[in-house]
Amino acid sequence: MKQAAFEQHYAADWHSFEQWLDSNDKQVGKKKSVPTVTLADREIPRAYRHVCQLLAIARERQYSPDLIDRLNRLALRGHHLLYGARGGRAVPLLEFLSAGFPRLVRAERRLVAAAVVLFAGPLLVLIAVLSATPDFIHYFVDPAGLARFQEMYDPGNPRLGMRQADDNLMMFAFYIWNNVKIGFQTFATGVLLGIGSVYFLIFNGAQIGAVAGYFSGANFTEPFWSFVSGHSAMELTAIMLSGAAGLKMGTSLIAPGRRSRKAALMEAARPAVRMMYGAALMFVIAAFIEGFWSPLTLFPAATKYTVGIIMWILVIGYFLFAGRRNAA
Amino acid sequence: MLDTARRIATPEGIELTLRLAGPVPRALAWGIDLLIRGVILGFIAYTAAALKQSGMAIILLSAFLIEWLYPAWFEATRGATPGKRAIGLIVLNDDGTPVRWPAAMTRNLLRAADFLPTMYLAGFVAMVMNRDFKRLGDLAANTLVVYREQKLVPLAIPKAEPRAPGFALSITEQRAILDFAARSPGLTPERAEELAEIPQTLTKGTAPGKAAARLIGIANYLMGRT
Repeated sequence: MKQAAFEQHYAADWHSFEQWLDSNDKQVGKKKSVPTVTLADREIPRAYRHVCQLLAIARERQYSPDLIDRLNRLALRGHHLLYGARGGRAVPLLEFLSAGFPRLVRAERRLVAAAVVLFAGPLLVLIAVLSATPDFIHYFVDPAGLARFQEMYDPGNPRLGMRQADDNLMMFAFYIWNNVKIGFQTFATGVLLGIGSVYFLIFNGAQIGAVAGYFSGANFTEPFWSFVSGHSAMELTAIMLSGAAGLKMGTSLIAPGRRSRKAALMEAARPAVRMMYGAALMFVIAAFIEGFWSPLTLFPAATKYTVGIIMWILVIGYFLFAGRRNAA
Repeated sequence: MLDTARRIATPEGIELTLRLAGPVPRALAWGIDLLIRGVILGFIAYTAAALKQSGMAIILLSAFLIEWLYPAWFEATRGATPGKRAIGLIVLNDDGTPVRWPAAMTRNLLRAADFLPTMYLAGFVAMVMNRDFKRLGDLAANTLVVYREQKLVPLAIPKAEPRAPGFALSITEQRAILDFAARSPGLTPERAEELAEIPQTLTKGTAPGKAAARLIGIANYLMGRT
């Protein structure tokens, strides 16, 4: 069949398909007046396959590039629209929180354990070292930063952990902006063979440990610990989970198993990102506690310590036990 | 002919051709997005400044949301950020289907790694090291950044007496001749002649100065004109 005859024979088919595309494509539909649609939606899969077939024939018979381009474009647009609706089942938030998230963390327990060691190790060591020799703080914090910390944890400060001029809501926003960013960084840099996650876990653990050790000495002990105890469970766990999610990507590249590194990374990224959703949510909760509960001096330190301990029990219990029932 | 063409096989048993976008158009798109984000944030900052400390809270929260969710939201719902749209790019899954939230979030969360050590150096190195111009985020999310299909502009080929080439031409050869014919009005006659003499098997035996006319004739034949 000559090209002219081919076009004459089939042009009506692809024109009606094109019209349907135009009327369904948001971009085109807005600008142009919507043409009258001659095809019903249920006829579209057949029409699309027909266009695909025409494209294959046109290619095989080496019709003019112009015609092939036109058909390729039609098939491509059809492909976008028809396959666009495909997607994973959206997991309801409640189900994710009550079961999906803790299950995910338990499934990656080895990486989570590694992240805990990398983060809590330096943290605990530096608390011990700096409470004995507070002067080491100068290795970790510059003088201006130290002065800011000292103002924040001044025992005479009516609102702990803040400077006089700061407002609770602003601090809440600041903690989200800053801490979630740290979490995302810890996670994302894991794709560099895990190196970034390891670095950020150790670095943040050391930084926090140094400050905590320093303020454990002298008369700062009570204001400091009663400030941090409330949100520590949420915030520190969230950092460690971000690191674990990053390590998930990193280890998939180091030891891809029987897949290509590319395939292993793609496969690892999906649960890692899901874990990151959970971690981000924990950062937001931590920011809320840190902004509105932690600064309060209304309650005695013992109450705030108790709340802190209860939070730790809740967080650990949540990851150990939530979603155990009906586990497949 | 194009080394940035990427073919994807569909379940219908045909191959569709996508044109991949390299580092330069993507950097331009990013620049436009940066500008838009700056303007939005500047506007929010300007209006929120009156609220003092709560205003600062609004600014910080919007800065956070704009930084992390602006690209993911646009890519998941529209297929491209305004910057990409302006340049004519779109983000697709590896199999040519539109991206959805998980992929959009993945590729945009990993910006933090692509950005390292500064100005997307890691992302650039990753892009030039694989044939699909994927930055790290694209590798993890399995996405492609391609040119949005433009409305086809029919090739403006000068009319001439159609003439069969005498033997079968491959599709790339046909394309080369059609492109030549479309460009020929903009060339000086001497240059057109010079170019037309290159495919000797087609233009051999033409009178001097008639090689270009011969190719245009063949182009008319290839267009299906009679």
